[in-house]
Amino acid sequence: MDAEATKPDLLKHAQAIHVPPVFPPRFKEKVVEWLLMITALASVAVTVGIVGVLSYESFLFFRQVSVLDFLTDSQWTPLFSEPHYGILPLVSGTVVTTAVALLVAIPAGTVVAVYLSEYASPALREAVKPALELLSAVPTVVYGYFALLFVTPALQWIWPDLPGFNMLSAGFVIGIMIVPYVSSVSEDAMRAVPLALREGAYALGATRMQTSLRVVFPSALSGIAAAYVLGVSRAIGETMVVAIAAGMQPTLTWNPLEPAATMTAYIVQVSLGDLPHGSIGYRTIFATGLTLLLMTFIFNLAGHVLRKRYRQVY
Amino acid sequence: MSLENATAKSISSGPDRRRLARRKRVDVLVARTGFVVTLTVLSVLLALIGQLAVEGVGRLSWQFLTSYPSRLAAQAGILSAWVGTILVMLLTALVAVPLGLGTAVYLEEYAPKNRLTTLIDINIANLAGVPSIVYGLTALALFVYEFRLGQSFLTAGLTLTLLVLPMIIIAAREALRAVPPQIREAASALGATKWQTVKHHVLPCSMGGIMTGLILALSRAVGETAPLMTVGALSFIAFLPQPPWLSDVPFISFQWMLDPFTVMPIQMFNWVSRPQEDFHVNAAAAGLILLLMTLAMNGLGIAVRARFRKRIRW
Repeated sequence: MDAEATKPDLLKHAQAIHVPPVFPPRFKEKVVEWLLMITALASVAVTVGIVGVLSYESFLFFRQVSVLDFLTDSQWTPLFSEPHYGILPLVSGTVVTTAVALLVAIPAGTVVAVYLSEYASPALREAVKPALELLSAVPTVVYGYFALLFVTPALQWIWPDLPGFNMLSAGFVIGIMIVPYVSSVSEDAMRAVPLALREGAYALGATRMQTSLRVVFPSALSGIAAAYVLGVSRAIGETMVVAIAAGMQPTLTWNPLEPAATMTAYIVQVSLGDLPHGSIGYRTIFATGLTLLLMTFIFNLAGHVLRKRYRQVY
Repeated sequence: MSLENATAKSISSGPDRRRLARRKRVDVLVARTGFVVTLTVLSVLLALIGQLAVEGVGRLSWQFLTSYPSRLAAQAGILSAWVGTILVMLLTALVAVPLGLGTAVYLEEYAPKNRLTTLIDINIANLAGVPSIVYGLTALALFVYEFRLGQSFLTAGLTLTLLVLPMIIIAAREALRAVPPQIREAASALGATKWQTVKHHVLPCSMGGIMTGLILALSRAVGETAPLMTVGALSFIAFLPQPPWLSDVPFISFQWMLDPFTVMPIQMFNWVSRPQEDFHVNAAAAGLILLLMTLAMNGLGIAVRARFRKRIRW
């Protein structure tokens, strides 16, 4: 307020001693503000671009293929001479690999989070956390290599008739990959539980295990659920591991020991070929992409709601 | 006195004592389980690095770094791949850094609390959860076909810009938020305008956090494969892009931006997906270098964070 009041005086003074104002000083400020605002709008433009492109190309796709066929046909053979456009095989592949990944990531991530937040010494925690973060820094194509050439042979040692491409090893590796996402968000949620609750439990004679499982875990549950949901959406969208290790054959199967293509793997497979722009085959990847985006969007939204809710608890 | 003795006696022997001992045993068991699970997850990381090293380290040589890909595994190298990776990264940084920083500064320092700001806010959070391959699809339709940039370095850089933009914005905003308001108030009190405050005080103060965010986002970009495959990366490029300099006026050339591109992860994917074992060795060697690049960048990010945290105390 004071600055506002003295400004006219300063200006008057400036003119009196003949400092030629090239521009009024406010002008530059306005330009900067406008420039910054335009960059902020770029992120909106990205979203508009994504939604616009996927909707437009999918709209062209659904003019040729009925939505009902897309959702119910049990075959996905868009590039064959007798094409079928049923998304179900791709969805089943995605669901199975995601399920395997979650069976690995949720128990492991939760145990790691409980251990780090309630049991581990601060020194150990400080050493382990960055190491866990490295898991999410490893390029996904390297994970794909690892799944195909290390995990699958290892699993074949247990199940000799496991095919070289299978959803089990892809899902397992994705699971390991998303452990840090699950564990770090859950750990934050458990750290947010007030110390008084823990002290109360200890005062009543509870052990660390009883405190963490019966007091801390339930109190942080919505935050932990948000971490799980984040893990789901990561697993659904993961591409390279499944494209390398799970195979690219769209099959309607719920058996993780079989090869199958996921939605992301199909998009990669088509991109590797040379499909003419604007053909129906080209548009299938956008319809698939839209389905993928909608599925992850639902999970992201759920995670957002859960995280908001747990913030309000304390 | 006698009452206390009695209580002590009933705890030191009898069923209560046994129950207590069992609870303590379970507690120790849970602690050990947590430790073992954490170690198991980390040992997968070690197994991954070990597998790559055992398979690939023999292939690492000067010749591997300075040769183009080849039909013969033993002669193939990654020259075009690592040059491509560096160029794509450069383009990404060139576009993403100003856009991301501008957005962060606008939202933290300038934006009025209104609908538009909230919209941009929610929008960025959502963009961070979009699967990377969806960015690739958007880039394919917009940059490759709509803007006719072709399957080029420019397209690749812009595609990765879309991907890292939300990460940069979120990290930079957190860094800006960490600057205490007193710094801004002090600058304003001395008559600095908004932009002067930001430029001379807020940005330099938050540089540590911003740099960390940038480095981590770019290290993510180095490992990204899927979106670049959808925009049409080639996996067999036996030449380097045109040099950015010319022998006569105007001396610099931007023609290289429109050359076809490849990057390390794409090269590695190509080798992994071949059936011949020899190429798998090449894939491991390429993976090793890719892993070193991302881990080095992550290490740099962590080091920068630690350094600035030590230097600045509010």
